[in-house]
Order: sequence, then C-alpha cells, then structure tokens
Amino acid sequence: MGKIFAVTIIVIAIASAIPVVMHTWEAPADVSTHGHLIDEQMSETMLEAGVSFLAAQIILAIFIWQFSNRGAEAKIKTFPGGAMGLVIAALVLVGAEVLALGVFGVKAWADVYLTAPSANAMPVQVQAGQFAFYFRYPGPDGKFGALHPELINEATQNLFGLDPEHDPDSRDDIVTAEMAVPVNKEIHLLMHAKDVGHSFFVRELRVQQDFVPGLDVSLHFTATKVGRYEIVCTQLCGLGHYNMKAYLDVLSEQDFNDWLKKEAAMQ
Amino acid sequence: MPDISAPAAQHQAPTSFIRKHVFSLDHKVIGKQYYALALLAALSGMVLSWLMRIHLGWTNARIPGLQWLSKNGAPGDVMTPEFYLQLMTMHGTIMVFFVLTTAPFAAFGNYFLPIQVGAEDMPFPRFNMMSFWVTFMAFLVLMLSFFLGDGPTLGGWTQYAPLNAVGAVAGPGQGLGVVLWATSIGLFCIGQLLGSLNFISTTLDLRVKGMSLMRLPLSAWAWFITSCMGLTAFAVLMPACILVILDHLAGTSFFVASGLVLNDQLVPHSGGSTLLWQHLFWFFGHPEVYIAIVPGIGIVSHVLMANMRKPMLSQRVIIYCMGALAVLSYMVYGHHMFVSGMNPISALAFSFPTLVITIPATITVLIWVFSLYGSRLRINSASLFALGFISMFVSGGVSGFFLAQPSIDIMLHATYFVVGHFHMVMGVAAMFGIFAGTYFWFPKMTGRMMNETLGKVHFWLSFVGTYCIFMPFHYLGMAGNVRRYSSFPEDYLQPLIPVHRLITIAALLTGAAQLIFVYNLVHSRFRGQSAPDNPWEATSLEWSTATPPPFDNFGGKHPVVYHDPYQYGVESSVGDYVMQASPEQVKSGQEEK
Repeated sequence: MGKIFAVTIIVIAIASAIPVVMHTWEAPADVSTHGHLIDEQMSETMLEAGVSFLAAQIILAIFIWQFSNRGAEAKIKTFPGGAMGLVIAALVLVGAEVLALGVFGVKAWADVYLTAPSANAMPVQVQAGQFAFYFRYPGPDGKFGALHPELINEATQNLFGLDPEHDPDSRDDIVTAEMAVPVNKEIHLLMHAKDVGHSFFVRELRVQQDFVPGLDVSLHFTATKVGRYEIVCTQLCGLGHYNMKAYLDVLSEQDFNDWLKKEAAMQ
Repeated sequence: MPDISAPAAQHQAPTSFIRKHVFSLDHKVIGKQYYALALLAALSGMVLSWLMRIHLGWTNARIPGLQWLSKNGAPGDVMTPEFYLQLMTMHGTIMVFFVLTTAPFAAFGNYFLPIQVGAEDMPFPRFNMMSFWVTFMAFLVLMLSFFLGDGPTLGGWTQYAPLNAVGAVAGPGQGLGVVLWATSIGLFCIGQLLGSLNFISTTLDLRVKGMSLMRLPLSAWAWFITSCMGLTAFAVLMPACILVILDHLAGTSFFVASGLVLNDQLVPHSGGSTLLWQHLFWFFGHPEVYIAIVPGIGIVSHVLMANMRKPMLSQRVIIYCMGALAVLSYMVYGHHMFVSGMNPISALAFSFPTLVITIPATITVLIWVFSLYGSRLRINSASLFALGFISMFVSGGVSGFFLAQPSIDIMLHATYFVVGHFHMVMGVAAMFGIFAGTYFWFPKMTGRMMNETLGKVHFWLSFVGTYCIFMPFHYLGMAGNVRRYSSFPEDYLQPLIPVHRLITIAALLTGAAQLIFVYNLVHSRFRGQSAPDNPWEATSLEWSTATPPPFDNFGGKHPVVYHDPYQYGVESSVGDYVMQASPEQVKSGQEEK
C-alpha cells in the first residue's frame, strides 16, 4: 500500500501542476501601466513555489516507496548530513527565495501604493454602499462639493449627500452609476464608504482596495486599453454582496468627453 | 516492563454518574468530552458546507427540509443569498473554533498531556471542568442563533466592522445574531484561557522525575507551545467580543465611525474605528492558525516516529521550529490586511516576517521527509494520515508564498485562492492530524482497536477527495473568483460554474467518506477488538500504563523517566524500542544531546 500511496502523491502533484502550466485558469490580460510588475512577481513566485511543491511531494513519495513495509529486519539508516545539513539548506535556499521575493515585490507594491499620483491625474470619486458603487466627477470647476451624509437620500437621488443649494462647488458635480475614464490618463480614485466595508476590484487593472468606513482612501492607476471591465466588491458587505458590481469603461479621450457631457446633461 | 515504582498520593475516583461522566474533574473524561464536542461540531460544520456547495453549484436547487432550518432563509427549500452567508459564517466559526481548536489541542491535549508528563491530573481540575462546560455553552449559544431572531449573523467568521456593530439595519442576523456570535466566542475564549493555564502549569510543574523539558514528547511540546499562544491570543479576542456586544447593547461606538448612512438614516454612532476590529481580530486570528496546526505538527511527529521505528533527525529542531512559528505568528497578522486601508508601508513590515515564517515551516517538513529515509515505515491508518498531513501541509504552505506578498495579494485577496490556501493548510492538514491522532490513540482511550480496513478506506477517499476539492479553489482564485459570493451573476464568474459543480460533487463524496470514520469510531468503541497496553510498540509514557489508563493514570505510582521520548531503532529486551520509563540501557541509537 505504501507504493500505491507514493504513486498517488506523484500523480496528484503532477495533475495539480498541469492547469498552471497550461494556463487553463488565469487572470485576464493586464490593461494597466503597473500591472506587468505584479504579473512578473506572480510568475516568479509561481516558479519558485511550483518547484518547491513538486520537489517536496516527489521526495516524500520516493521515501515512502522506498522505505515502507520493509520488515523488522531492515537496517535503520540516517540521512547523510543529518538535521544540520537540512537546516542549512533550508536557511540558504528558502532564505534566498524569501529575500528575492521580498525585495523584488516591493517595487510592484510601491508602484501602486507608495508613489503619489501625479499633479495632473484626473480625480474621480467612488462611493460604495449596500450594494452599489456610485461615481462622481468634479465638473467644469474642477472642484468636488462637500459631502453631507445626513442629506443622502436615494428617493431624491442625492446619492452622495450634496448640498447644491448652499455649496456652489457641488452644483456642477456629475454623479454616475458607471465609471468611465480616458485611456492612458492617470486616474486618482478617491474612495469612501457610505455604510459598511466594501472593496474595489478590477482584475484587468490589477487593483484591489478596501473602502474603510470613516476613512478617505485613495488609489491611482492608468488604464492602457479601451474596453469595458467589471468592478466588483470583494469585501463581505451584506446579503447583496454577490451582486454588487459596476462597469468601468475605458474610452478614447474624445469618447470620454462625449460621455461626460452626456452624463452632465442628465444631472 | 517499565519501572513504575515510586508511590503516589492516593487519588480517589468518583463513583456517582454525574461526577464520573458529566461534571468530571478527570482530565481524560474532559478530553473525551472535548473530542465528542468537536465531532458533533465537525459533523454540523460539514453538513453546512454541503448545503453551501450545493447552492454554489446549482443556485436554485431545492434542498429538501432546508426550510426547517430557516423559514425565511429557505422559502420553498431554496436558499436565499443571505441564508447562504449565514450558513457560511456558521461553517467557518464552528470549524475554526469548535473543531480545529477543540480537537487537536483541547481534546487530545487534555487526555494525553498529563499522562505524557507522568502526572495524575492537571493542577486545576475544576478550571479544567469549567473550561469544557463553558466551551460547550459557547457552542449552544452559537447554535441557538439559528432559531432566534432572524437567524445567525451573515458577516463571516471574521465579523468585520462596522457590519458587525451597526445592528439589524445592516441585514439579517446583524442584530441579535451578532450578539449571540460575540457571546459565544467570548465564552469560548474563557474556556480556552482556562485550558491554556492548565496546560502550561501541567507542563512546567507536574513533570515526573527524569522528565526534563527536552525529554517531553513532541506532542506535549506542541500542546505547551499552543497553550502559550492560546493564553495571549484569546486574551485579545475576548475583549474585542465584549466591545462588539457593547456597541450593540450599550450604545458605544468602538467599531463604528461617524457619518455612516444605512437606509438613508445616519447611524447613531460616532467616533469609532473600523480598522481597530481588524487589528484586534487578526492579532488573535493569525496565531489561531497556528493554534490549529501546531498540535497537528506535534501529533504527526509523534505518530510518525512510532511508525518509522526511528527518531526524527532532530526533535530539538522541530521544537525550535514550532516555537519560531508561534513567535512569528504574532508578527505576520497584517498580511490579512494588505488592502484594508492600513498604511501601505506597514504592509511591507508584515510581509517580510510572513515570508520568513516559511523557513521554520520548511525546516520542519524537511526534517519529517528526510527522517523517512532509512526507516522501517509501517503503513497503517494513523501513519497514512500523518503522511497525508505532510503532503497537505506542503500544498497549503506553498500557496502562502503568494499571499505573503502585498503586490500579489492585490490580485488574490478575497478570492478562492485564499479559501484553498487556508482550507488545505489549517483545515485539511489539521483534520489529518486529528485523524492520525485518533487512529493512534483510540486504543489507549477506549481499550479497543479501530478497524484498520475502514480506516484505510477513509484515508484514501479523504486524501484524494480533499485534493479534488481544494486544489481547484486555487485555480478559481487565480481567475479572480471572489469568495463569499452566494451565487455568480451574469459576469466573468459564469464560466467558472462547472468547476464549482465538480468541487461540489467532490465535497459531497468526501464528506460522505467521513461517515465511514464516524461508523468506525462508534462501532469500534463498543465492538472493536480488545487493545493491548502498547499496540504500536511505542515509547512515551501513555503506553507505559494500562489501557485504558486508571483514574490516576499510573495506578497509584509515579513513573520515572530514563530516556528521550523516541528510542526507536535500538536493540532491547522487548524489541526495537526502549520505553521512556524503562531503566534498560540503550545499546545503540542516539540520545539527543
């Protein structure tokens, strides 16, 4: 039975690796300026983790094959090099792996989170609430009106709690249910939650960020390919969590300006 | 036979049924009570996972009898999205707390730690009894939430704020359901704190003559290290639960920020912190992962050596690695929060120790695997599950490499990749540790052997089945499949539904295989072959005493310890081993310095 077990381990290990090698299930192509760093980090990690996984399973299987049910007379042997050799091997190999992944990974993370958006990045505000995203553009004056949570009223479509009567900055603000951005333009996404925790995840953009009730959070990215992408909530927010999503349209600059004008006219 | 000569103080066994079997002070009865509770909880959690899996594969499926569990949650026996989330929350809570913490630590630890150190009982038997009954009450309170108000909380086992604190307005179960959840977990923490105190003092104070710390079996070391973690981790979760209850019942705002709006109404709280909950929860939550797995590491090492007929390459290194895992577990918790909105620089501070924790884990695996070299490996149900544990621990461990890195976490956070990772490394691996321990120690606990054929069938179905369930979870996560969705609307998740259906079928079959184990457990308890005192020819103190052990463990004597715990592969008068309590000289083999 030991030998069957050994073969089973190897079959499972190889079968587990096949979909990864064949790219059967993987993230869609990256459409951001920073995403390639994340993808490279992912590939590097997959290689190192994959080799470790296969090596460990295969060695385990070989030893089970070789040393199971040998009977009471078989000579007991100790692995040459003993524990100290293994400790040194683990420290050197895994230590190098850890350092490599840790150091290179910083760049990918820093590109998204540790650099400030450029001065000419386009600000877009997104508000998450049970169970929809709403977006706000500052309008021709380039200024967002102040938020007054007590004025939020879905029936009157005051989704952000704006006070256009007393606040001139909010009068030209454009509120939309879908997000559109111009291609190759840096976006500064200003995020806030209306009620509970939510998250903003766009696979193609390689961005995911939680909304934190009570905190203003921001994110910046540049989309490089025209297209329609899904924005989904990844933070459990209540019974409608599974259905909380919106669309992001990445448009040419001309199409974006047309879209914004159309949305402004509908306010 | 081992030398059990030193007389001990007389320790009278109780005679009444209540004191003997219900409110017992005997650590062995309490250990069995914990095991029974864990078994009940595991079966409940498994049934909930079946219901969830059926719903994920076939959203509108009628599940006969489901509305019995919740009329509102399953009208016409079809699961609603909110009921899915309630079942998911209960599944996670039951499994993490009442199975993965209770069985390998509280159940086996209670039964065997005092015996392995040579003690008659734990130093505080009343606290020990209280720890079980408080834990049992915690389980009842949690299950009660199915039948009160609008059902259990739907906020997941992590209960993120402010969803857990704003009350019923946030959804079904978010009022009374959360209060019951927090009460249950608060009680559970008290039980674990009492238990941990007992474990620590048993290990430090009640070791018999000759039992130095380095002569403790690895299982005893694992329980000792786990109890140190339990003492510090549960001590943080308990006040966090109290604060949540206060937010609900006393109008406080520990976890609710100002200016939140639900149903167009301002939430009547101000000034709290959403992220505070996450820090408190994960300060407990990551050590909890190791609270679930470190006992498995100890149990598997213990079981493997008896079946390899040789010691590990180094017990001492495994002890140091378990200690390193425990210490590092407090320094890595922020990897659950990379995209939570905390300072992105702190993500790097949490990432590095998370990567570093792979080093003690890798060393442990290497010691296990390379200790197999040159062994006389006996294949039986216990050793199969112990070896399966190693395979699962490796598979679940390597995916930790991905999640340790904040940049990659951007893509994998909150996806099925995470679900696959933690199910394999702390769920299935820990369960395999529990099974290895059960098949190994059942004879000592009951005086009867388990059926080996059924044990092996159970192993094969579980080993192949769990890989079929949890390996595809990783692929789903890589494709961006978000977790905690009750169904998959018309979007990019639709093409992944066939994978979910295959997983569901595998989960139903693998779950059914666990019924073979339950049958074997119950049948063998009453009809199993009589077990000798030392059926595995093992060396540690639990095998030096009668089967099952008498009330005071060693029949009015204190054993004296002469050796390291794993003198296998040596020449002696009884075979290829020398028991810890035997004064016989070890002719060959190594005493670790």
